[in-house]
Amino acid sequence: MNWINAIVQGVFLGGLYALFACGLSLMFGVMRIINLAHGDLAVIGAFGVWVVDTQAHLPPFIALLPVLPVMLLLGYLLHRTVLARSLRSGPLTPLLTTFGVSIVIQNALLQIFSPDVHSLGSLTGSISTSSWRVTSELSVPYLGVLILAVAVLLLGSLQFTLQYTGFGREMRATAQDPEAAALVGVPASSVYARATAIAVATAALAGAFLAIHSTFDPSSGPTQLIFAFEAVVIGGLGSLWGTLLGGIVLGIAQTIGATVDPQYSILTGHLVFLVILASPRGRFVANRSAAA
Amino acid sequence: MTTPTSPVSPTPWVVRRSSLASRIGSGALVVIGFALFGVPQVFGTNIVQQLTSLLIFLILAVMWNALAGYAGLVSVGQQAFIGFGAYGTIFMTQQGIQPYLAMIFAAIASAALAVVLSLFVLRLRGGRFAVGTWVVAETIALLISLDQAIGGGTGTSLRGLNAYPRQVRIAYTYWLTLGFTVLLLLILFLLLRNRAGVGLQAIRDDEEAAASLGVRVGRLKFVLFVLAGFGCGAAGALTLANTLFIQPQSIFGVQWSAYLIFMVLVGGLGTFEGPIIGAILFFVIQHQFADLGAWYLIGLGLIAVAFALFLPRGLWSLINDRLHIRLLPVGYHLLRRSPDASANDRGKPNP
Repeated sequence: MNWINAIVQGVFLGGLYALFACGLSLMFGVMRIINLAHGDLAVIGAFGVWVVDTQAHLPPFIALLPVLPVMLLLGYLLHRTVLARSLRSGPLTPLLTTFGVSIVIQNALLQIFSPDVHSLGSLTGSISTSSWRVTSELSVPYLGVLILAVAVLLLGSLQFTLQYTGFGREMRATAQDPEAAALVGVPASSVYARATAIAVATAALAGAFLAIHSTFDPSSGPTQLIFAFEAVVIGGLGSLWGTLLGGIVLGIAQTIGATVDPQYSILTGHLVFLVILASPRGRFVANRSAAA
Repeated sequence: MTTPTSPVSPTPWVVRRSSLASRIGSGALVVIGFALFGVPQVFGTNIVQQLTSLLIFLILAVMWNALAGYAGLVSVGQQAFIGFGAYGTIFMTQQGIQPYLAMIFAAIASAALAVVLSLFVLRLRGGRFAVGTWVVAETIALLISLDQAIGGGTGTSLRGLNAYPRQVRIAYTYWLTLGFTVLLLLILFLLLRNRAGVGLQAIRDDEEAAASLGVRVGRLKFVLFVLAGFGCGAAGALTLANTLFIQPQSIFGVQWSAYLIFMVLVGGLGTFEGPIIGAILFFVIQHQFADLGAWYLIGLGLIAVAFALFLPRGLWSLINDRLHIRLLPVGYHLLRRSPDASANDRGKPNP
């Protein structure tokens, strides 16, 4: 029963990782870059919600509403100022610049908010603590269901946007061939900027849910980036539903590891990731080009 | 690889490997290298210790540049080898091996670790390689902090070195560091002058084009990854010898990668001289501003981003583009052979 509980909790944890991963997956799919500041942008989102929450005394889910448009704008500006120029100077430059941005964000947050650990869990009231008790050992937390539902909804709407809307068509066209897309009147830089804006906003959403689900501090970003990346690679790069699956696999691996011994939790996740990478399928996953 | 310099050639160009500047430059480097061995005889322990940490930065910068600048592998996980080298030394001294010997073995063990890890991470390219190496570093850090015998999460100190008097210990550590620096620079220099070097520079410029011309991209990447594993392992072991105490969080910290990226980007990515300049500059900056804490790291990050965007070939490119100087003859130059020495006779570097 313990194991079943671990798997159920792992599925919900996987929802959170999928939420983190979908922005990373989107940016990789459209621009072929890995944004190393993704986790730190999520932490900015978490701090944003925390600030609105404590200053305006709003519950976190309402405090999220003004934060998301700000993060959209931040993502747009990030692309216009840093990424657009990086993309022009070759495939390695975006890595170097986003890593630099990540260092700047972490230390700026440290300077502004001090290294204290925060959580929004206590501010959300009963939803973050209550659960449906199925049996004496198996319980289904409300928050886990909510996060998983948000993740499915977000991935579904991204998938829908990519497949059926004009903007989605523009993103797919630009992902396939930026020059050809530009020839038919789809400027890559504008598509990229909007995709980055969406990715950063989803990161902020994920950061807010992380803050409600557990704790965060200025240096939480890199860990979340690593989990998001593992989810993306386990699920197969560039496929959004694969990302959800990857997140869930990672979540289950971590909760099963934690059942054995709490200090094995993260380690088990890493090992599952490495095993998948080393498996024959790993070569396929690693070299597969994105099909957004 | 022979240089076509036959005088009957009708073209007005000659291909030269070395120029006056590179002869002076490499001569000066050799002299400086020898002179540095004498430092502990002349200066106090404080300066020797500072120089040791500068040389450790230099090793790391040169190794990271070999990966990113030549093989196109941006690693955010070299701290895996730094930590492994340091903890390997701890482990081997616990088994009764003499500490300085243990450091050399630990560097070799790090190279072996790189061979194993290459199976995982060299499958990845670009950003996937970057984060993949990071995951590997985190995994190794977690595994080591689980092992209570080598200190666990709280850290541990290197005991065997207490047998030496302080001054002798610092001098030995310095000489070993300098020895590793010279060895690694020499290996890289020979590698770049070799046929492999042409291949590596081709990979740096365009990996697919290089592969289509018959450059064995996979093998060259493997060689550099293992060399970088060796160098970073050595740097980790030497860091331990220089500070005598380590903790998994700091020796496996991702801040190492931030420092490496800063040094190489500011100095000049993909050049032999760049990381040397970058390491010296970083050393000075760290000395002046490290007390500022978060602001210092914000500054480092901003400078690194600015260099990546506006001066991607670093400070060395400023010198190189204006004066066409190379301190070390790792490439070829075209020289116009003009009997009536016109304004054109200045050596032009081969792009």
